[in-house]
Amino acid sequence: MGMPISHIMTSGMSGIRAAGDLVARMQFSKNMRIGEAKDFVAKKLDLTTDDLSDEYVMRELREELGIGVITSVAGAPKGIAAKMNIEKLLGIDINCCDKFRGQTK
Amino acid sequence: MATEYKLRMGDGKRIFMTKEQIIADLKAGMADAADLGEIPDLSEDELDKLVDIITIPSRMVGVEQGMEVPVTHDIGTIRIDGDQGNSGVGIPSSRLVGAMMHERAFGADTMELGHIDYSYKPVKPVISQEQQTMEVCQQNMIVPLLYGAMPNMGLYYTPDGPFENPGDLMKAFKIKEAQESMEHSAEHLTRDTVWIMQKLMSSGADGVNFDTIGAAGDGDMYASLHAIEALRKQFPDIYIEAGMAGELLLGLHGEMEYDGTVLAGLWPHQQAPLAAKAGANIFGPVCNTNTSKSSAWNLGRAVTFIKAAVKASPIPCHVNMGMGVGSIPMFETPTIDAVSRASKAMVEVAGVDGI
Repeated sequence: MGMPISHIMTSGMSGIRAAGDLVARMQFSKNMRIGEAKDFVAKKLDLTTDDLSDEYVMRELREELGIGVITSVAGAPKGIAAKMNIEKLLGIDINCCDKFRGQTK
Repeated sequence: MATEYKLRMGDGKRIFMTKEQIIADLKAGMADAADLGEIPDLSEDELDKLVDIITIPSRMVGVEQGMEVPVTHDIGTIRIDGDQGNSGVGIPSSRLVGAMMHERAFGADTMELGHIDYSYKPVKPVISQEQQTMEVCQQNMIVPLLYGAMPNMGLYYTPDGPFENPGDLMKAFKIKEAQESMEHSAEHLTRDTVWIMQKLMSSGADGVNFDTIGAAGDGDMYASLHAIEALRKQFPDIYIEAGMAGELLLGLHGEMEYDGTVLAGLWPHQQAPLAAKAGANIFGPVCNTNTSKSSAWNLGRAVTFIKAAVKASPIPCHVNMGMGVGSIPMFETPTIDAVSRASKAMVEVAGVDGI
């Protein structure tokens, strides 16, 4: 366990504490290199690329956008609901959201 | 008396080295990689940067603010509830709990769901269980959640699988028969992996992590690249991470090709374009750690290899940095000082897109 946590602390983008999941999604969905992925997400959020790893900036913004936060906020979008908002924010399709929509038709 | 700095051996043991000894080992490791891979040396500025990273007195170091990168994971939740064989810490918990702990407690950028045996072949009999777990995890998770396992083509050989063991055949000088056994195994591995991921994609998976491609040699990579190609064709939006097992792709077959390139003997910077060609989104290059050398030697070597792979790759590179690779000590509980220094060096000098 110490090794992955050491990497997260040393180099990681802190996941949903900040915007690490969003940058990772752009790398996976559009083959974007790190600089391009950060630029893309920063533009969508109207932030600087430095802000993407800044928990102070991202905490309130994530709650405002309904894209999931690290703490359990009652009534806030979680799981697939948060990912549906991420789809709209980044302009991508997420497989489980497609499946969910298919099941609710 | 010259100042000595605290470093590690490749097995994790504490050692002390002077700055001159550190520079000498960095250069020797770099030269080894440059010679083997026929790739460029690091620049003097890059070597200076590595010396700075190694000699920072702090126990833990971090990348410069603004240089953070996403982290992907192999083994995934099994490191929470798994046994020692998977480097697990044995906390009784479901895989959903493990995945959510990574997302909400540890700040993981992505996560992976995997089977306790962590190879594709044994997933087949329990595929419905894996689909159910993937569905429940996707309902609750926010970060990208891949399904991950090892291609592990060795499981297709006797006594574990249907095809005669190429090692036994080669010992009897039945080279052609050994090659045919690997070819048949590769076909089955491709077929099984594609079938498993078809099922998991129908359950909402974001994608797949091929973890330790090439562990069973060139046939293992041949099968994996063909599986990646088939999955990309069927699922244009699937997330695919192609992570290697070692720095050099062993030519157990020797004559297998992908896209006109012989797979045997490829180094990381030669593997990356093939993973991209097959349809992977992220490539995971590897440089093995030498336990008999210092962390300076291993870091110089690993950064040289990985920098070349990052440059040659058309897709993002998430360097493999688990125990025994990427200059991480070959030790069950790698020391934080060594892990954080290697992690920082890969981001700031090798220029990786992720870890």
